[in-house]
Amino acid sequence: MSNAGKKRNSQLSEIWRRYKKNKAAMVGLVILVIILFLAVFADLIVPYSKCIDQIGAERLQGPSLKHFFGTDEYGRDLFARVIHGSRYSLFIGVATSLMALVIGAVLGASAGYFGGVVDTVICRIIDVFMCVPPILLSLAVVAALGTSMRNLIIAITVSCIPGNVRLIRSLVLTVAEQDYVEAARSYGTSHARIIFRYVLPNAMGPIIVNTTMAISDMILSAAGLSFIGMGIQPPSPEWGALLSSAQQYMFTSPYLLLFPGMFIMLSSLSFNLVGDGLTDALDPKLKD
Amino acid sequence: MVKFVVKRLLYMIPVLLGVAFLVFAILSLTPGDPGTIILGITAKPEDIASLNAQLGYDRPFFIRFFNYIGDIIFHFDLGTSYQSREPVIDSILARFPNTLKLTIFSMSVSSVIGISLGILSAVRQYSVLDHVCVITALIFACIPGFWLGLMLLMLFSLKLGWLPPYGAGSLRHFILPTITVSMTSAAGLLRLTRSAMLETIRQEYIRTAKAKGASEKRIIVRHALRNAMIPVITTLGTSFGASLGGAIIAETVFAMPGMGTLITTAIRQKDIPTVMGATLFLATLFSLIILIVDLLYAFIDPRIKAKYRNGGKSHE
Repeated sequence: MSNAGKKRNSQLSEIWRRYKKNKAAMVGLVILVIILFLAVFADLIVPYSKCIDQIGAERLQGPSLKHFFGTDEYGRDLFARVIHGSRYSLFIGVATSLMALVIGAVLGASAGYFGGVVDTVICRIIDVFMCVPPILLSLAVVAALGTSMRNLIIAITVSCIPGNVRLIRSLVLTVAEQDYVEAARSYGTSHARIIFRYVLPNAMGPIIVNTTMAISDMILSAAGLSFIGMGIQPPSPEWGALLSSAQQYMFTSPYLLLFPGMFIMLSSLSFNLVGDGLTDALDPKLKD
Repeated sequence: MVKFVVKRLLYMIPVLLGVAFLVFAILSLTPGDPGTIILGITAKPEDIASLNAQLGYDRPFFIRFFNYIGDIIFHFDLGTSYQSREPVIDSILARFPNTLKLTIFSMSVSSVIGISLGILSAVRQYSVLDHVCVITALIFACIPGFWLGLMLLMLFSLKLGWLPPYGAGSLRHFILPTITVSMTSAAGLLRLTRSAMLETIRQEYIRTAKAKGASEKRIIVRHALRNAMIPVITTLGTSFGASLGGAIIAETVFAMPGMGTLITTAIRQKDIPTVMGATLFLATLFSLIILIVDLLYAFIDPRIKAKYRNGGKSHE
């Protein structure tokens, strides 16, 4: 037990040592930590009431010491709205990627591991899903279920599953051929145990990288869908929704567009950089 | 080879039926019946019931699905809009050219920029140019396309007044939307081309060519490029899908009458036949593009050609 724990630790510190060498990845990690901090401690930084308080006398004011990012058309403090908005984007990004990962892992691993009819059926269904561009799939789901946070999460998750199934299936196909899997099988280990204990952990590197990158994409998709009015609706301070309502005021108050967009970009960028860094750090073949 | 093409074409039939079924099934989850949506909740229940019967909504799910498919195949009919009571196909054909133009322009611009800079970046790895390309591509990949569109709109239409902000009347209207859509995919293509090229340059046969004294230009053009382009071409299908998706969102930014605005307006009005028709139309187009890319790929890569010579399977 303690031995296994130690081994785990040294592996993690090895990964961390390799990760640290990548400057861009460290920049990404720092941005990510800051944004996570803002999202987690949003209430301590600026109370939620400031997102809702409408100050009639302070409509559409530019950035100042009192309102760091200015105020919107109702006199609401944009800084407070952007900070609290980070919760939506991060939550949606992480939740959709994890859900798509779990579903993708179950389907992809079953297809790759069992092969035969299971594989054929899953692959044919995925082929069909792959023929619908992700955004159309999301829009169809939103059209059927209506616009809400829950439905946005479903819509984005659905569009992300097919790619995950393909990736995990191909990873599992490679791992399942290894001798240690054959050995486990000859011991009479159950299928579920082989998949979750031997096959998936050994395919973990690319899966972690892919999920990190997916969060970056999902943040962009969620913002895009909210922007065209198919995701989270105003007055919720989601970044895409903020941009959508700011559009009317772009001539007089461009700062309303600047700040939410910058935050979308930075959060997407941070996950992307971290994903890039993990690609090298998690690849044991690149050990130096 | 012929066998492969025929097989691939035949396989399209179940896939397209599957796509139709998928879209139909998802949109059938919509709560409420068409009668209520068209006539409103205040209408008489018997009017609603008779309209539902007239639209065939009282029949079971699978019968409705087969009728829908039958209408598409035999009458080229995608149903009637709940809102305008016009055939859905008419509004699609009226708006599709704009979306297609925008997608094709964006694909062309992003391919030219992404592939050429990707090659340059790889050939001059670690040079200033390479660093600038890689960083710019990373940033553009993370900028939300619609936000870039808004920024361009503010600068070039509102501040400088060089280009028209809204509509799709002339080619000038397409300049900003094309930049908006193409930058994101150009960034992706640049990164992909660069890494494919770097991988190829490290291969043994490139070293052999170098050892034999071939000029750098010859090595890049004759040896490296042809091999590095294969993964790039495979992703062109996906890239088309991404451009289409980008176009759908960019249409909202630039108030362009296209498929994207058609679908979003229809979703707001609960006009399910229009959403279904438009989604199915674009998905079919996308599947055909994927098919063409697959076939192209098989023709270009002699290794694939050899693999399929014996009528091999159409999947990896």
